[in-house]
Amino acid sequence: MELLSQIMIMAVGAIFINNFVLAKFLGICPYLGVSKKLDSALGMGMAVIFVMTMASAITWLIQTYLLVPFKIEYLQTIAFILTIASLVQFVEMVIQKNAPALYKSLGVFLPLITTNCAVLGVAILNLTADNGLPYNFGFSILNGFFSGVGFTVVLVLMAGIREKLEYAELPASMKGMPIALIIAGSMALAFLGFAGLKF
Amino acid sequence: MIETILIPIGVVGGLGLLYGLGLAVASKKFHVEIDPRVEQIIGVLPGANCGACGKPGCAGYAEAIVTEGAPLNACAPGGADTVALIAGIMGQTATAGQRKVAYIHCASGGTKTTKLKYEYQGISTCKAAVNVSQGPNLCTFGCVGLNDCFDACPFDAIIIDENNQRIIDEAKCTACGACVKACPRNLIELIPEDKVVRIDCSSHDFGALPKQVCGAGHPCIGCGICAKNCPVDAITMDGQLAVIDYEKCINCGICATKCPTKAIEDALKGMRKKAYITDEKCIGCTICAKKCPVGAITGNLKEVHHIDQDKCVGCGICEEKCPKKAIEMR
Repeated sequence: MELLSQIMIMAVGAIFINNFVLAKFLGICPYLGVSKKLDSALGMGMAVIFVMTMASAITWLIQTYLLVPFKIEYLQTIAFILTIASLVQFVEMVIQKNAPALYKSLGVFLPLITTNCAVLGVAILNLTADNGLPYNFGFSILNGFFSGVGFTVVLVLMAGIREKLEYAELPASMKGMPIALIIAGSMALAFLGFAGLKF
Repeated sequence: MIETILIPIGVVGGLGLLYGLGLAVASKKFHVEIDPRVEQIIGVLPGANCGACGKPGCAGYAEAIVTEGAPLNACAPGGADTVALIAGIMGQTATAGQRKVAYIHCASGGTKTTKLKYEYQGISTCKAAVNVSQGPNLCTFGCVGLNDCFDACPFDAIIIDENNQRIIDEAKCTACGACVKACPRNLIELIPEDKVVRIDCSSHDFGALPKQVCGAGHPCIGCGICAKNCPVDAITMDGQLAVIDYEKCINCGICATKCPTKAIEDALKGMRKKAYITDEKCIGCTICAKKCPVGAITGNLKEVHHIDQDKCVGCGICEEKCPKKAIEMR
């Protein structure tokens, strides 16, 4: 029961309170770039969930068994980026071989997020997380997963809003990116409300 | 001291080496056979992803050519050059299809050429406008003028002039068909480029009504005179609208001269040549007389033939068919 409530706290924290896009402002590029259509936003979200989960697992192992013993934690960034990029490449190959259907829907988005800051961010923030939860392999993976879910939720919300915006009568100077940025700002303000949640 | 440099180099270098080797092994182990011809064909396709071929994008078409044996000449934007390149890659011979261009079967839609029944202020697309009481224009078949076709054109081949009239730039048009799909009134058709006689109206109304509602002033009233006068029976009446079958049309332009409302456009009007027989070359084979669609050529076997210039429509068929090159268009 203790474990379950801890997982719930982590889930709510990663998805709403510390949302990667709207609270930490990481991964803004795909957030604005791939949020024009609902289905591509969903595809991108799935790819991010997948990569974040995998990256959390591998980087935790790298940190614990390689960087800490050799006392070279300052090499985190370069070692993690290297790891994540190769991992994504590898996974892409495996998917292409074994699950062509999944590759077709996910494939185009995977290379896009190999060096995305949100993915690197989740790997690094996992190690510095100060949320009163146990720091171990399992929780790192879960945090990666829930952070990805948070990203997807926001991306899909944004895509839904932008699809409706297509039909709105806007001044010509507001069409496209300007209104998207204003919407993003309003969403960030709304998500700030979650910061008051206490358990 | 030296360890502080060597250990990081060793660890990160080792990681890099490990990943590199891993990926190298994986790329061999998980190698997916992709026909290299697919990549090559994607390279020569225009990359507009217009969908004119009926496949999802250029990559989809390239794959369909290689794996499903799709026709090589389905790419409208690429034209003859692309067909030749694809044929080279596939090791087949293919002929380009007849180049087509989009044509709007309506002279209306501009600010000066449309009669309105109400002022439309809704969402600014033709699709939305035609749903409000059959559209803002009086003619329920005519162009609404809100430029859905212009927005759909991926090649900037539709020009809007100062009167908000849409003009197709035939040099840029690739016959991808995007505008054909975009027009909610179905006014646009892909027509062979060399067929210059075109019906400039889509009205299925009959009699006096089209003239009252048409802002451009020369609608098809469904009289059927063009169909009766066509020497090759290329015109049929689809209800109350004349439709030209371009398989049969010989570009003679007779229909355009007979149309009482001038609803048929003829780009060659007044520029047509007439056929003349060079008497010394004619051997009297009668082929021209048999091929002439309007019966303008007379003459007996092995005698010099004569062309009735009043009947000749300048289609040029006889010039093409004459085995002795005795006929000249001038």
